[in-house]
Amino acid sequence: MPRLLDCHERPAARPQTLFFHTLQNHCRQETMSTESAFSGPGPDRVFQQYLEKGEFRIQRCRDCGKHVFYPRLTCTGCGSIALEWVQPSGSGTVHAVSIVNRQADKGGPYNVVLVDLKEGPRMMGRVDGIPHEAVKIGMAVKAKIDTSGQAPFVAFDAA
Amino acid sequence: MTQNSIRGTAAFVGAALAGIGEAPGRSSEDIAIEASYKALAEAGLTTKDVDAVFGSLPGDCSPLSGLLISEILGIQPKFTDNNRTGGSTFLSYTLMAAMAIKEGLCDTALIFYGSNQRSNTGKLVSSVRPFPYEAPYKPIFPATSYALAASRHMHQYGTTREQLAAVAVAARQWANMNPVAFARGPLSIDDVLNARMVSSPFTVRDCCLVTDGGAALVMVSAKRAKDFPKKPVYLLGAAAATTHMNIMAMDDLTVSAAKDSGERAFAMAGVKPTDIDVVELYDAFTINTILFLEDLGFCKKGEGGPFVASGAINPGGRLPVNTNGGGLSCVHPGMYGMFTLVEAIQQLRGECGERQIKDAKLAVAHGNGGVLSSQITNILGTADTL
Ligand SMILES: [Zn+2]
Repeated sequence: MPRLLDCHERPAARPQTLFFHTLQNHCRQETMSTESAFSGPGPDRVFQQYLEKGEFRIQRCRDCGKHVFYPRLTCTGCGSIALEWVQPSGSGTVHAVSIVNRQADKGGPYNVVLVDLKEGPRMMGRVDGIPHEAVKIGMAVKAKIDTSGQAPFVAFDAA
Repeated sequence: MTQNSIRGTAAFVGAALAGIGEAPGRSSEDIAIEASYKALAEAGLTTKDVDAVFGSLPGDCSPLSGLLISEILGIQPKFTDNNRTGGSTFLSYTLMAAMAIKEGLCDTALIFYGSNQRSNTGKLVSSVRPFPYEAPYKPIFPATSYALAASRHMHQYGTTREQLAAVAVAARQWANMNPVAFARGPLSIDDVLNARMVSSPFTVRDCCLVTDGGAALVMVSAKRAKDFPKKPVYLLGAAAATTHMNIMAMDDLTVSAAKDSGERAFAMAGVKPTDIDVVELYDAFTINTILFLEDLGFCKKGEGGPFVASGAINPGGRLPVNTNGGGLSCVHPGMYGMFTLVEAIQQLRGECGERQIKDAKLAVAHGNGGVLSSQITNILGTADTL
């Protein structure tokens, strides 16, 4: 099975920006085949591989232009499988917030937010660097990668 | 007329509760079977009369609930279903049973539910696995998801914690007139506000109970229904809608799929919200009641807070809501949807004693599943409404 279109699926070992640029151009000239979307590591795995390399990536549909998060095989806007991995700006706005009242001896309260990324998708997150009570709907935040746990994940700082 | 063809073709001739509150030493199956036996008995039937089975048990331990309950009952149904839309599921079993009965695929449908989650684990038993794109942030499932929706409603419409608390207080006042309700006794707005905070803006009193409990319903064709001991209650309208699974994927946190399910259910029934005598909503959290009252058309979007704070849904108010005490004060074994149906049926039969709504003829039962994800509306009526 030809694997020419792997650019949509996995980060390369080569320098990321160069690799990505080259293959994105290549892909634009190809008809999206089912092999590319439906073989190799799935989108959850690819997303995690990017995080492990220190990169936050979301998907963008080459057919309708919609940005998609969480990672998927098909575009939620148009149903296409032509999803490519792109680097979001990292800028977002707090859309909703709740403070979970964890007991003090278990680490105390923490905030849980929904963030609207500048590119469109909404994701869950946590805002660091300010008191939980100061996390407000509408405030600007900036994405970062939290590597303190077992697996890296995206969190936010107040922007 | 295809959309209206289900209207009034099937009726509930049996409805029963079991194990409400605490049922120590009894399994989820025991509770479901007890409810089934009692619902069939009041219809003058036995398990051997059942030829279709729909139902749910909690958690992942018995995903083949319909098969298990049929086997325990010793019956081989012609038609079964066990769908996975969460606590709303029972309100689609009624629609499916009505369709199967109408098409002649079965004659006597049993719908069951049983859960011993309180006695067994002491906490909500969910079959929902942690979602990898939410789990790192440690939301309490499902409270934080609903709390996020509440934060948005408060932000957009100025809804207050006091207005949320008014929902819990109204539910408690109804529960105080229901002998089987699990949480009874005085409850004030301040009691709700000052209770232990769980996930803001919710204190523990904004959250549903964790109880045991079960219920069962028996449905037959409208033609047969007149020959049963109890006054039949007819299924006039039913519709389901789904918007998402995880809260991060809910487009508008202030508008649930109840807007869609409600519009279609009302259209099928040929009635409007102002015609309804009694409303039973799945109140997993206090925000639910406010959202569903708005989305189902009982008040305008954004006015749910002032509406409930005005006393409209309390006993004596202009719109009786959750007259059994709801998931907040009567019973919540994990999938409350079933109990909206039982209370609606008992209200329409006139069996509710102190909390009975006088001359109730039309009721809404509305189920919610997941985290505001699945919304299913049923409209029930007495023979007068056919
Ligand atoms: Zn697209």
